[in-house]
Amino acid sequence: MVKVKRRRAVISRDIYVACGSCEDVCPKGAARVIRGSYAEADASLCIGCGRCEMVCPAGAITMEVAE
Amino acid sequence: MKPIQPIKKNWYHYLWIWSVFYFAMGFFNILFAWLGLISFCLPFIFAFGYGTKDFCNRYCDRGQLLRVLGGQVGLSKGVLMPSWIRSSWFRYGFLAFFMTMFGQMLYTTYLVASGIKELSETVTLFWSIRVPWEWAYTAGSVEPWQAQFAFGLYSLMLTSAIIGIVLMLLYKPRSWCAVCPMGTMTQMICKLRNKE
Repeated sequence: MVKVKRRRAVISRDIYVACGSCEDVCPKGAARVIRGSYAEADASLCIGCGRCEMVCPAGAITMEVAE
Repeated sequence: MKPIQPIKKNWYHYLWIWSVFYFAMGFFNILFAWLGLISFCLPFIFAFGYGTKDFCNRYCDRGQLLRVLGGQVGLSKGVLMPSWIRSSWFRYGFLAFFMTMFGQMLYTTYLVASGIKELSETVTLFWSIRVPWEWAYTAGSVEPWQAQFAFGLYSLMLTSAIIGIVLMLLYKPRSWCAVCPMGTMTQMICKLRNKE
């Protein structure tokens, strides 16, 4: 059986600038800016497309293989 | 870079028009520069009033302009900025520098208001290069300090816009947002307000 590895977005709170670019381009509404301070990517919604990573100007988003 | 469009188009995605309008009007009549205060006040209203960065997230005309030029038109290389520009010390250092320059602009306005200094009908780019701009102001139409403030604010807005566009061309479309002093300040306010 072929095992498919799922990717998902992981957002660093330390360098995140809350510009909202990720929220704007997320096709599933998984990336959300929380109270103007940081962002979270809902793992249950994230499809690992990487659009948020591509637009993030702070480099705060990385795509990691989901457990 | 490969164009990345917003998933759902909203009316605020067209706010880049305001940026173009602002700089165009300031070219013909510098007193329109006063409208730049809207862009200075709104982020604080959202941050203090609601504890959000909704201005940055949605209503920032400059952010929308950079997104359109870089992401939609495809002028951006789409490369991540070097880590030292994205670092906290650079971000806070740039905020301190920007605020110092803003304070200096206010002080110059005060000097003109009190008659110590004469009105300078120039736009100062990068806080040092004086560009003649006298066609955009009819002498005597308003108090000299009001015109001085307009020239100062327009200088600040134009300088930061040029920096934003250069960063957009070289790096990711909204790279300016990673160093934007308004964004830094409002994020600090949000963190404090929401007790992060």
